[in-house]
Amino acid sequence: MYAFDLHKAASAANAAALLTQTGGKALAGGQSLVAAMKLRLAVPGALVDLSGVPEMKGIRKEGDTIVIGAMTRHAEVAASDVVKAAIPALAALADGIGDRQVRNMGTLGGALANNDPAADYPAAVLGLGATVNTNTRKIAADDFFKGMYETALADGELITSVSFPIPKKAAYVKFPQPASRFALVGVFVAQGPGGVRVAVTGAAPSVHRAAAIEQALAKSFTADAAKAVKIDAKHCNSDLHGSAVYRAHLVSVLASRAVTAAG
Amino acid sequence: MGATDQGVIGQSVRRKEDLRFLTGAGQFTDDVNALRQTCGYFLRSPHAHARIRRIDLSKAKAAPGVVAIFTGDDLTGVNGLPCGWLITGTDGKPMNEPPHPVLAQGKVRHVGDQVALVIAETLHEAKDAAELINVDYETLPAVVNCVDALKPGAPQIHEQAPGNKCYTWALGDKAAVDAAFAKAATVSKLDIINNRLIPNAIEPRAALASYNRADESYTLYVSNQNPHVERLLMTAFVLGLPESKVRVIAPDVGGGFGSKIYLYAEETALVWASKKVNRPIKWAADRSEAFLTDAHGRDHVTHVELAVDKDGKFLALRVHTTANMGAYLSTFATCIPTILYATLLAGQYTTPAIFCEVTASFTNTAPVDAYRGAGRPEATFVVERIVHQAAVDTGIAQDEIRRRNFIRTFPYATPVALTYDIGNYDATLDDAMKVADVAGFPARKADAAKRGMLRGLGYASYIEACGLAPSNVAGALGARAGLFEAGQVRVNPTGSVTVFTGSHSHGQGHETTFAQIVAGRLGIDIAHVEVVHGDTGRIPFGMGTYGSRSLSVGGTAIVKALDKVIAKGRKIAAHLLETAETDIEFKDGKFTVAGTDRSKAFAEVSLAAYVPHNYPLDKLEPGLDETAFYDPTNFTYPAGTHICEVEVDPETGVVKVVNFTASDDFGNIINPMIVAGQVHGGLTQGIGQALLENCVYDNDSGQLLTGSYMDYAMPRADDVPSFNVSTQVTPCTHNPLGAKGCGEAGAIGAPAAMMNAVHDALAPVGVKRIDMPASPHRVWQAIQSARA
Repeated sequence: MYAFDLHKAASAANAAALLTQTGGKALAGGQSLVAAMKLRLAVPGALVDLSGVPEMKGIRKEGDTIVIGAMTRHAEVAASDVVKAAIPALAALADGIGDRQVRNMGTLGGALANNDPAADYPAAVLGLGATVNTNTRKIAADDFFKGMYETALADGELITSVSFPIPKKAAYVKFPQPASRFALVGVFVAQGPGGVRVAVTGAAPSVHRAAAIEQALAKSFTADAAKAVKIDAKHCNSDLHGSAVYRAHLVSVLASRAVTAAG
Repeated sequence: MGATDQGVIGQSVRRKEDLRFLTGAGQFTDDVNALRQTCGYFLRSPHAHARIRRIDLSKAKAAPGVVAIFTGDDLTGVNGLPCGWLITGTDGKPMNEPPHPVLAQGKVRHVGDQVALVIAETLHEAKDAAELINVDYETLPAVVNCVDALKPGAPQIHEQAPGNKCYTWALGDKAAVDAAFAKAATVSKLDIINNRLIPNAIEPRAALASYNRADESYTLYVSNQNPHVERLLMTAFVLGLPESKVRVIAPDVGGGFGSKIYLYAEETALVWASKKVNRPIKWAADRSEAFLTDAHGRDHVTHVELAVDKDGKFLALRVHTTANMGAYLSTFATCIPTILYATLLAGQYTTPAIFCEVTASFTNTAPVDAYRGAGRPEATFVVERIVHQAAVDTGIAQDEIRRRNFIRTFPYATPVALTYDIGNYDATLDDAMKVADVAGFPARKADAAKRGMLRGLGYASYIEACGLAPSNVAGALGARAGLFEAGQVRVNPTGSVTVFTGSHSHGQGHETTFAQIVAGRLGIDIAHVEVVHGDTGRIPFGMGTYGSRSLSVGGTAIVKALDKVIAKGRKIAAHLLETAETDIEFKDGKFTVAGTDRSKAFAEVSLAAYVPHNYPLDKLEPGLDETAFYDPTNFTYPAGTHICEVEVDPETGVVKVVNFTASDDFGNIINPMIVAGQVHGGLTQGIGQALLENCVYDNDSGQLLTGSYMDYAMPRADDVPSFNVSTQVTPCTHNPLGAKGCGEAGAIGAPAAMMNAVHDALAPVGVKRIDMPASPHRVWQAIQSARA
């Protein structure tokens, strides 16, 4: 790790100003950023710590929506009675991210802003059709994820919270990469106000919706309907742990298992 | 548990060392600090194979905090690292033994090869300076696969090893094997890859070297399994120093699994440099360095054939193996795929003719050496996979084909140079089958099928040769060192005992097991026994901990020293009790005049030895402090049967180990809890190899693709079932403890049992071959190919 300046932000506005002023990076839970800094792969001159920003904290129900502050730790979401009652699939997903240490430090906003192609949270946000609230605007999930480690966030723009519409039913099934236990493939299936949504992580350079499975499930919300869909491997990732063909196959299998789990 | 000594022996005594480990009071090398200490950092090669045209240190030397920077050119008078075992090839010539420089000289041969040692006031300054070193590399084509390395036109790694060959070596009677194959009813054949593994001790390697100008001596703290061997190799072969001027201390060590047996370049460079800078230098590997530079394990490519007669009796075994040595010969690399491998190919069977040929090659990868089991897991895998296949090919049940071929008469001389002293292979097979409920397997398989799952059962009836080794035998086979062990029992004046052992403990629990032996033999409280290990300044000598040798060899040395203590104690007691020595009995911590109630407690005798006011000074020296060196007369032969039950999800390829039973014969057992712990750990490592672990280098670039836990899959607690472990006992016939060793058995038996289970599960869908690790992707692909 190289030396850097640490600034502690008091508010979202203050954080945005500090980021502009220093040209530094926002520090949320630090579970990806700090690890990269230790390996000297990430070299920010300054970090702006968001842990003291009050408007980025907390979990609350607002009508048909669950609103979760960007700095809410994974462990807090996993343990939240509000989340467990309204969207149990989201609590279960949070409970399966990384290990205990990661869950106690990592945050919803950090995970979304980083948009790791194998992260779990992007699948929930896209699968539930959530809205990403920033210090300047509201961004629909469908417009937020732009590609591998890329999002719609502008320079200096910070996620403050995420609004999750409460679905009728939902489930997330993750197939862990054997070494890292990140999602080799993860599929989030939801049936809700916006119809059936199926979001896939791990399989491709970025989280994305599986349109063919959504269409099949809209007709028949059954495990067999999902499994019958053959996913094209052309856009899937291939590495030591799984070929594109294997990942494509897993998308249908996991979608069908998610349908079963959703009940 | 078989051992007959009183009290504490055979009991699951809680580990004396655990309090300090569990409360963070352990003292590991990186916890030790010296005054005026500097930090060492190694600049390593980013290339698998390159010529070094020039190294420019000018900017780096001027960087803040830099004390000194050394490269290979500076190491004048320093030899390369030695290989401890000379293998003579089938051509009668000694193996090719190219230089293994402490710092690269002219060339780098694997990613991570050490190029420069940067010494600075802080680690950050050392790293910053290393970034300023400009190395002009001319990259060369690389080869990482041990078979590819031997092909014509492969990149040449060492001038001294034409064709990248280290040796071709053979064992056994080729003509007898060929003749037996000619009359076989069935010939079973398999191609096998024993996957390369990275050891991953929880504590990465570390060293702290200091030079004392006053007496021109060196002190090295190092995370190592055998400090005396480390000192011997470093002083005699590399640095040319008298051993008396170097003290090597291996304090608490967080696991080794073989990877800390060896003399490495890093600590050698540190010792040398500590005099140059006249300041202590600390180096601790980070995890990335550990992946790149710890000696790796396994990496064999094998073709095996087994000839079987019409009754299912094995007639002959033919094995050809290519073994990867990596870029340089690590300390014991050469004996692993030969002496510790081919000699085990008889397994538990009476196969009358065996022939094994091994070719070892150099590649642009980290050196490969002993890793938990060291040659014996590879041998067991070959034998038990081909026996499984023979059962399939002949239609004989897996247990039955093993029974038809078991050795039942001992001692038994195998056709591959070993003589098994004792064993009872039926006992462990019967026991394992009962515990594993083999009878209930068909019902469980049918139930799994209803759920769409494929269930399989796999056996491994393994044997290992432990208790290394009779030094004369090892010497005749090419060992450049002895393999005895030393033990010293110092009885202190008031009766407490300090034991000095050459068997270093880094997870094995010696501080408890050895204390039990002493407490049991002397009839004293275990709390009054202290076990000291890991310091050449305190221990008489030691050959170290590897090859499951500590109890059978190190423990026996302690027993021999105890015998001397008791013999002297009897003389002292006879004097105190005014009787003849022959009338003195020693039992329950008391020296008693036979047939009377007149006795002296052990502590009274020890006090007399140190306060010799009433003492036979004309006949006996004062003091009660005895040392013994023990050289075993044979190897020990732990053996057993492991049965693994797996369930495969054909939709995803996921293999779940649903049941694992190990029935082992380790001879007499001192501490059953510690033995069970060793077996659990070994099984987990074995299952790790079979299911998860795989070291992969890129074929073209030679980069390590599995260089972190993001890509190298270690077994976790939830990857393994709750193990069923049990033991059967046939005491070893040639050491007084009757002990055989237990540290490696799990890692030796588990891979074969598990892969046999996977093949059994997948047989119905037509899968013929799956290599380790049986990852979901690989299993799914095999199922797809079989169905296509």
